[in-house]
Parts: sequence; C-alpha cells; structure tokens
Amino acid sequence: MTLLSIENLSLSIHGLPILRDVSLSVGRGEILGVIGESGSGKSLTAFSVLQLLPSGTTCQGRINLLGEDVLTKPEPALCAMRGRDVGMVFQEPMTALNPVQTIGAQVAETILIHEPNTPKPEAMKRAAHALTRCELPQDKFPLSRYPHEMSGGQRQRVVIAMAIALQPKLLIADEPTTALDVTTQAEILDLLARLVREDDMGLMLISHDLAVVTDMADRIAIMKDGAVVEEGGADLHRTMTHPYTKALFAASSHQPDRTATPEDTPLLEVNDAIRDYTLPRTSLFGSADTFRAVDNVSFHIKRGESLGLVGESGCGKSTLTRAILGLEPLQGGTIVLDGQPVGPDARRKMQVVFQDPYGSFNPRHKVARLVSEPFHLLGRKATDAEIDEALISVGLTPADKTKYIHEFSGGQRQRIAIARALIIKPELIVLDEAVSALDVSIRAQILDLLADLSDRFGLTYLFISHDLSVVRAITDRCLVMQSGKIVEEGPTERLFTAPAHPYTQTLIAAAPTLPDL
Amino acid sequence: MLRYAIKRVGSLAISLIVASLVIFACIEVIPGDPASFMLGINAQPDTVAALREELGLNASLGARYLSWVTGMLSGDFGTSYTYRSPVAEIIGDRLWISLPLALIALGLTVLIAFPVGILAATKRGSWADMSVMGATQLGIAIPNFWFAMLMVLLFAINLRWFSAGGFPGWENPLAALKALTLPAIALALPQASILARVMRSALLDTLSEDYIRTCRAKGLTQRQALWRHALRNAMIPVLTIIGLQFSFLLAGAIIIENVFYLPGLGRLVFQAISQRDLIMVESVVFLLVFAVIMVNFAVDLAYAWVDPRLRGRA
Repeated sequence: MTLLSIENLSLSIHGLPILRDVSLSVGRGEILGVIGESGSGKSLTAFSVLQLLPSGTTCQGRINLLGEDVLTKPEPALCAMRGRDVGMVFQEPMTALNPVQTIGAQVAETILIHEPNTPKPEAMKRAAHALTRCELPQDKFPLSRYPHEMSGGQRQRVVIAMAIALQPKLLIADEPTTALDVTTQAEILDLLARLVREDDMGLMLISHDLAVVTDMADRIAIMKDGAVVEEGGADLHRTMTHPYTKALFAASSHQPDRTATPEDTPLLEVNDAIRDYTLPRTSLFGSADTFRAVDNVSFHIKRGESLGLVGESGCGKSTLTRAILGLEPLQGGTIVLDGQPVGPDARRKMQVVFQDPYGSFNPRHKVARLVSEPFHLLGRKATDAEIDEALISVGLTPADKTKYIHEFSGGQRQRIAIARALIIKPELIVLDEAVSALDVSIRAQILDLLADLSDRFGLTYLFISHDLSVVRAITDRCLVMQSGKIVEEGPTERLFTAPAHPYTQTLIAAAPTLPDL
Repeated sequence: MLRYAIKRVGSLAISLIVASLVIFACIEVIPGDPASFMLGINAQPDTVAALREELGLNASLGARYLSWVTGMLSGDFGTSYTYRSPVAEIIGDRLWISLPLALIALGLTVLIAFPVGILAATKRGSWADMSVMGATQLGIAIPNFWFAMLMVLLFAINLRWFSAGGFPGWENPLAALKALTLPAIALALPQASILARVMRSALLDTLSEDYIRTCRAKGLTQRQALWRHALRNAMIPVLTIIGLQFSFLLAGAIIIENVFYLPGLGRLVFQAISQRDLIMVESVVFLLVFAVIMVNFAVDLAYAWVDPRLRGRA
C-alpha cells in the first residue's frame, strides 16, 4: 500500500525553480533512499512533504499522504499531521534538541501536542517507552537528562524517539548519520531499520552517501539539479542506465592513480608526544584534573609517503594535528620535521588544508592575497608568477587571482586552499578532513589532484579523516587512533583487509561499503 | 543548582572584598591629606588636626580599613562631615526613593520591552516590526531629560495630573507612587527601547535554530514553538541587559532626579563630591558597587535557572 506518493512536484522559491517534476513514492514497510549531491533538492523534497518550507516557496503538483493531498491542506491540518502521521529526523543531532528542556519533556511533547487530554505522567511514561525502544533505557538515560549530557549518537536517538513516539506511518530521515562517527552511524542505521520493521513504517532516507543508502534501501532514487534522474531497486548499481548515476557510483569508489614511491628517510618524526589539557577546577582549592588528549604517540612519515590517520571524534587526532603544526604545546615528547623541532623555522616546510572550504578564508581578501599568505614565513612577498603557478597547478587560471572567495564553489575553494598550501613549496601537507565537506564527484577530482601533485612535486601527505574509504583511496600507510593512543599501524591495504586490533576491526566492519560494480 | 549557587556566593564574597579594597585605596591615594582636602586650602591647621582626629586618620592604614569594613558590617558608615549626621541614615532616606524608582522603571521597561520585542520578532519585516524598530530607534535617540521635561509640560503643567517635582515621602504611599510615576516613565522609555531590540534579535536568533524546526516537525504551530521553546532560550542576552539596566537605573538616574527634584542617591553622590564629603562618597560608592555585584549575582542565578548547561559550571 502506498503511504506517500509525490506526483510531478515542482517547487520554486521567490520564483526561482528548485524542484522540477519530482515523482516518488514510499509504501508501507518500505525504505526509499534518496541520493543526491548538495543542491540537488533532496532535502527540500523531504521538507515539502511536511510543508516546512522557507517563506516565498510555491509548490505545484501533488503530494499524496495517506490518501490526502498535503498541498491543499490548511496550516492547522498540517500541524495535526506533522509528528502524528509523519515523523522527521534531522542531520544535526547536536542542535536539533532544545538545550534547556529535558529529553523526557521533549519526547512527551510530541504526545501532548497531538493528544492534549493525555495526563502528563501518562505522556512521560509513553516517552520513556519511546526512548527505550530507541535503545536509551531508563536506568541509564532517565527522562530528566538534558541534551548536553548526551553524545551526538544518543541525541540522535532522542530525536528518533520524538519522531516515532506516536508511531507515525511515515518516517523521513534527512542525512540522519552524516554528522556521526562511523560506528555510531551503523548503530543508528540499524535502529532505523528495526523501527521500520517493527512498526511497518515507510522510511524516506535522504543521504549524499551511496554506501549508506545501498546498504539499507529497498528502492533508490537519484536526484540531480532538482529532478529525479533515475529510480531503481536495491540493485541499482547493476541496473543503472543514466550517465549521472554511473558517474556517482564511479566517483564514490574512485581510486586515484598514484605512482610516487616513498623514500626511506623520515620527514616527520613524532616521539612519545603527550598533550594534557587542564580541566576546570571542581572545587575552589583543590588542584585541577588533567585530560590526556594525546597519550605517548610515536610515528614517522617517510619523504614522499602518504600517511592516513583515522579515528572517531574525540580520539585526539585533531589535537595531534595541531601539535604537529606547532599550534599546541606538548607536555612530553618531541616532534621533529626534517631534523628541526617544529616551530617557526620548520613551519615553512609544512602547510595545512582544513575541512571547511567556506570558513577557512577571509572573505574580504582577493584570491591573490589569500594564496600568498604563507609567504610571511619566508619574509618576502609572492611574485605574480608564483601565484599564477600555484593556481594553475590546482587547475584554476591566473585570472582567478583578482576574484573574491565567494565567487567560487566549494570544490574550487578547496583547490584554492591547496594552492595556498603549495605556494611556498612545502615538503609536508597536512590534510585535516580536507575532502569531508565535498560532494563525491568533487571529492574524486580533489583526490586526483592530490595524487597528481604528490607525483609532480614529491609531496608528503598526512591525511586525517574519519572517512575510511577516502583514507583507503589515497594513503600508503595508516594509523588508527583511539582515546589518544595509536592502536594500530600498517600498510593501508593490509590494515583494511586484515585488521588486527579489535577497534580497527569494529571501525572497518561498521563502515558502509558500496557493492562491487 | 544548589552547588552552583554556593559557588556563586563564594565568588560574590571575593568580589565584595576586592571592591572594598579598591574603593578604600582610591580614597587613600588622593594626593595629600583627606582632612585638608575636605576642608579646602584656607583651613586652619588646628581645624585640620581636629578633623584628622575625628576621621581617625592618625591610625594605621590596616586599622583604618578594618574599622571602615567592620563599621559598615554593623551598619555604621561614619558621620557625614557636611551633613553632620550619620551617613547610614542619609543613605537610607535616599535609598527609599532611588530603589523604588529603579524598580518601577525596570518593571515598566520589562512590561514594555517584552511584548513589543516579541511582536516585532514574530512579525518580522511587517509594518508592525518596522514601526517597532523606528519607535525604539527614536526612544534610544531622544535624551531622557528632554523627554522628562516634555512630560512635565504636558502632564503636570497643562493637564495637572501629576506634580512637576519633589517627593512627599512614603507616609502617603499613593502620593509617593504618583510622584515617582513620571520619573520612572522617563527613565524606562530609553531602556525599554534598548531591551525591546535585544529581545527581538535574540528571539529571531533562536527562532532560526534547528530545534525550532524539530518542534515544527513534531506538530507545534509557529506560535507554540515560540512560546514553549524559543522564548526561554532567548532569555540569556535579555537577562544580561536587564542586569546592566538595573545597575544603571539605581545610580544613573542623577539627571532625572534633578529634573524632578527628587532627593535620591544620584543627587546625593553629586552633592557629596562637590562638597568634598569623602566619607559620604566612599560609603555611597561602596553601596552602589554592592548593588551592582548583587544584581550580577541575581543575574547569574537567573542564567542557571534558564539554562541547565550552566548549572554544572561555576
């Protein structure tokens, strides 16, 4: 039985067309995966089912939910439908909950808003039941908890409990695991699949991640530029015909060609590095406790090598990265780059590319100035020829240097960030989640660029990521970090095919994998 | 919450001790002898010596600080040199005007600012929002003493509803309240304009938060989401401003007190400074600092009440 059928939905915001003729359907007990890159209109499709759209939006077509057209419903009827017939789970669990209300009150609110005659204790009891179903048992996570007392994965469970408290017929999950670690992601996906099975719900799972969706969906729709370009069953990777679908699958499992071979001499040596943070004092006169973020870490990177560093959030990889860049003092151990301890002199041999292609540039400077920033380390200004060369080497043109950063797309900005890192010809480039914010097709291009640059300039990479597939594609050797310690180290292929440490095994088992094409 | 409050009390005590030391030091570091400073350049040496004796200036620095602090703790603020009566009594009289005036003005501020700010935020971009923004701009721009004079002209001189100034005392509470009405309105309007704008922008910020979208997806109307979720989250910046405004209203009403001939604290400090009555200045300044610290303490407790994330910290 069809729960939701979207027929020829077109949507425009202030006259600008966003969605074109989108048709999708979800049946009872069915999981529909909707995949697309940023700007494909997949989230707006989801929000249009709930009619939670930005002001100035107009919709045409039909959205048939349980036999009624959502588009013709007045606002009070829509409010009655939201939360009761359709539940929604969002991408960002850290901000999706009201920070000043207990989780019990927030879950119970779903019940109280739709069944106002329910006595409060009864609503709380049902909230407890919903939370327990989402694997937040009452003995460990009482209703009186506040969101800030929980981790990201636990908060996402609360959001899911809120969405399923009234056992809606349809659940919409918009990138529900994108902000989560890989093991937490696997748990949340399992939870969603179980709830769909138990309640015979329909699930519309929206994601940019092909591997997540193909692992779990019954049917898959691929969206591009506001339209559904292809729809198919779980075996879409075999039946696909549309060139965009094929390109998407190819980009997701893209392996850049790498020919550079590392030399035997070490470029960066980290010996017994320790970084302690002082915690806030718990009493006025007692001594403050410390938290050891990096615990006796030792490793080295050979010249020309590409080394991966993987671990989940909070494992200490960002702290270690900052220590390598000389941005964090160490409480013990040494970090030596090319024979020199890291400091102002060593910094010119090392550059960094950060995750956020939007936040890591000053929006008021032109590209020429942004790219030539590292020259302060050399004590001179960049010449035009050097700026041109750096831009050309990352696939941009010299004409781009007079533009501002907002004139570029996310992928182009990341190219500019790489140009900025390259311009003083460093030996080591630290890539801190450098491709995590990019769409798969752009990510594949950037990975190719990185491989090409390392071949041409003999660059050494330290590649930090939570995304195992990316690390596998671009690195020779890999470190796995957990709770401040390196728990396993080895050649990347060996590590992925035969992980030795239990934590590495868990990580690799939890990572969703694409079917072989 | 209790642990948080206890910790705040600890830091409150430390703030008070530091404040008293700073004020004491400031009076001490005035160049020359406080007694000859108070008496002026033409004073006779034996008069100065007598005042030194009276003020206890011949004792050591530490003993003087201790006697000042212990005196204040037991309610003895010393004797005013110009008024020749106990400082505590004078301040007490003045406080009975300034404190009610500040409280009424603050009450009016909140009563005006909350509904206006909420209205502007919910109807963002509408004519209501634009007129609120325009009116509050005007309220901030117009000097409150000029506004006070306009009110005197209209309500006291033309309509004769209120008296133009003076304070009849609290023996007749109704008359006293009436005498404080115009000054309170004059004080409140600019503060309400500021607070309404803060309220509006704080609410607009919280209304665009992800958790408001979550609430809407649960089935709450925009209105319910605002009242149940956005408002409490918007209170943190609003509380900060209210705390600052109360401190300002208590001590900063000096111009309005002059316009309405109200014998409040502001006028008292002004007179004490111009008459070089250091004992009085020292005491009133400490009292005002004490009030500001207490208000901040109350605001801190209010933060923790509003935001559970703050309760674990101190």
